[in-house]
Amino acid sequence: LKIVVLAKQVPDTRHVGPDAMKPDGTVNRGKLSTVFNPDDLHALELALNIKDRIPGTEITILTMGPPKAADIIREGYYRGVDFGVMISDRRFGGADTLATSYTLAKGIEKLAPFDLIVGGRQAIDGDTAQVGPQCADKLNLPQVTYVEEILEIKEDEIIARRRLEKGIEVVSAPFPCLMTVHGSSPACRSRHAKRVMKYKYARSATELRSADEFMIDLHTKRPHLTIPEWNVEDINADVEKIGLSGSPTKVKSVENIVLTANEAKLLNDSDADIEMMIKELIEHHTIG
Amino acid sequence: MKSVMVYCEVENQKVADISQELLSAGKRLAQKLGCPLEAMIFGSSLNGIENQIAPFGVDRLFVGNSMRLEPYRTLPHAALASKILKEEDPQIVLFGATSVGRDLAPRLASVLNCGLTADCTILDIGDHLVKKEKKEYKDLLYAIRPAFGGSIMANIINWDMHPQMATVREGVMKKEIFDEHYATEIVEVDVNAVLKEEDFVVKIIDRQIKESGVNLKDAPIIVAGGYGVGSRENFDLLVELAQLLGGEVGGSRAAVDAGFIEHNRQIGQTGTTVRPKLYIAAGISGAIQHTAGMQDASMIISINNDPDAPINKIADYVIHGDLGVVVPKMIKFYKQNAK
Ligand SMILES: Cc1cc2nc3c(=O)[nH]c(=O)nc-3n(C[C@H](O)[C@H](O)[C@H](O)COP(=O)(O)OP(=O)(O)OC[C@H]3O[C@@H](n4cnc5c(N)ncnc54)[C@H](O)[C@@H]3O)c2cc1C
Ligand SMILES: Cc1cc2nc3c(=O)[nH]c(=O)nc-3n(C[C@H](O)[C@H](O)[C@H](O)COP(=O)(O)OP(=O)(O)OC[C@H]3O[C@@H](n4cnc5c(N)ncnc54)[C@H](O)[C@@H]3O)c2cc1C
Repeated sequence: LKIVVLAKQVPDTRHVGPDAMKPDGTVNRGKLSTVFNPDDLHALELALNIKDRIPGTEITILTMGPPKAADIIREGYYRGVDFGVMISDRRFGGADTLATSYTLAKGIEKLAPFDLIVGGRQAIDGDTAQVGPQCADKLNLPQVTYVEEILEIKEDEIIARRRLEKGIEVVSAPFPCLMTVHGSSPACRSRHAKRVMKYKYARSATELRSADEFMIDLHTKRPHLTIPEWNVEDINADVEKIGLSGSPTKVKSVENIVLTANEAKLLNDSDADIEMMIKELIEHHTIG
Repeated sequence: MKSVMVYCEVENQKVADISQELLSAGKRLAQKLGCPLEAMIFGSSLNGIENQIAPFGVDRLFVGNSMRLEPYRTLPHAALASKILKEEDPQIVLFGATSVGRDLAPRLASVLNCGLTADCTILDIGDHLVKKEKKEYKDLLYAIRPAFGGSIMANIINWDMHPQMATVREGVMKKEIFDEHYATEIVEVDVNAVLKEEDFVVKIIDRQIKESGVNLKDAPIIVAGGYGVGSRENFDLLVELAQLLGGEVGGSRAAVDAGFIEHNRQIGQTGTTVRPKLYIAAGISGAIQHTAGMQDASMIISINNDPDAPINKIADYVIHGDLGVVVPKMIKFYKQNAK
């Protein structure tokens, strides 16, 4: 099988440390480190698991993002992908989900033929879960969202269990198709020491521009270490459909939610304090 | 025609709560715009389904009635919805931010080449001046959503691509009957004329849905436990308190992940959004993803052995102590003092 994994580099909104908030209560984005989007690691594991079951399977990881997103490709190599490609160009900046999915779909088309596209259910920054279904439409593929486990892979179809709000659903879909992977699926295997040794010098063209002689020399000798980096022309994208101009949604305003300290009553676990509170709550008809 | 359209979810002849909430929200927008409210619903055995929809003030209801439309599958629903949306050309389209809505709406946004704002908590109508064009756009949808883990509220608009679409979280919009006897025009959709064989390539082999029976959204009192509760057994204390007060039990994601409590009781950004009269948070630190789903509670009590737990900042009563001591005392004094 040929599988394409979609993975995004995101700010780590989960580990918001003390310095991640400015004194005025707003997010200090510069202080947030970037991580491999958690659901996308699950998607990667799903692909690697298929490769375990069906030897000869070929996995390509695709990411769109700034030069720093090359980290995603290296991480993919460390964990077992066969190829990595970046879509990177300033003109892609400011994309909403519609422009993002158009761009990714153009990149995926360039990777054709493929049997399966897998992505995470959602990214932790935009949190929309829209890119997967939109890519499926652009590529005219059936979609299977919220996949938790691949139960069976047959000649011409794949059977998966989906995790829904109130239960599960088992479905079959023909190849090629697109799946988004739910966070309740198995966690991703860790890096492989040998692969880390092999790929730690993988660099994108942009990174090579500021690299030292050793690195440039190494890449001349081992061209497989160079991460392909595609721009607007490489994927044959219509500039009207990418970046800001291809994005119908616009942010009109942003309001920071400052958690203001209100006048709380401070109590301890003494009988007197707890009884006083319960009586107040009953008196005000909050309980009782 | 200018209108507001709502996609309604249905299963076993019951219109989903979220869809009824959306009809109410849609009606308020339609009234502001002075335009009709429309709805579409696709499922099987839908005769009489309008009784659950008309009272919300729906002017026109598109019904796709066929065995093949239930349970929900992406492609047939997308084919019907896109046909109706192309023909009716509504100004605003609303979906639930549910596993169905979040599967369908993005696919439609791609087909129609329009904007879609995810997980909104506030919808409004307003204007916007586009400075570059020196043009004032009137009567746009303001789709307001929490983002960045709940630390910002972004007002997202869309003036140049049609229609304006949004998904809305369950439990945030108030359900209001508009008129018990509202006259709704019903338009039967010729399902077989629209659907093709290839719309059914994805096949449902098995399906196990539990009607959870948990109703966090409507509970006036919620006793929620976090990782600090420590075990499934300790959660029984919270269950006892909740039952005594006539409330429901909820939990943080850490409590769910640890297996202390079922997934369908999770409160927060990726769980249920609640706004009860009283929210008791026991052993919950108050991460923004959690507070995003409960901060609108009228009153919040925090029980925590860490006086600096972030949840304390939004609490009305902060009890500094071990929940294993505090909760039994609350039970005891309630029993003593309640009439
Ligand atoms: C605060 C905020 C609010 C936003 N609200 C909206 C909104 O309501 N509507 C809207 O259209 N846009 C919105 N955006 C823009 C949106 O976040 C970006 O378009 C983003 O590039 C993709 O959306 P997402 O992060 O929500 O991804 P999701 O749709 O949640 O991602 C799903 C999956 O798609 C794949 N994927 C997504 N992006 C990439 C990528 N760059 N490279 C490789 N794979 C990828 C991954 O597998 C990922 O798990 C918002 C952005 C921010 C910061
Ligand atoms: C994308 C995303 C979505 C998320 N969605 C949600 C969501 O919907 N809902 C949600 O809840 N979380 C969500 N989270 C997780 C969230 O960030 C936090 O990790 C989680 O809320 C923490 O749960 P907690 O407060 O129970 O645990 P902890 O942070 O571990 O806090 C435990 C608390 O218990 C106190 N404690 C310990 N022992 C005792 C005792 N004996 N007596 C009294 N107090 C005690 C501690 O002082 C501490 O404050 C999400 C995260 C991400 C990244």
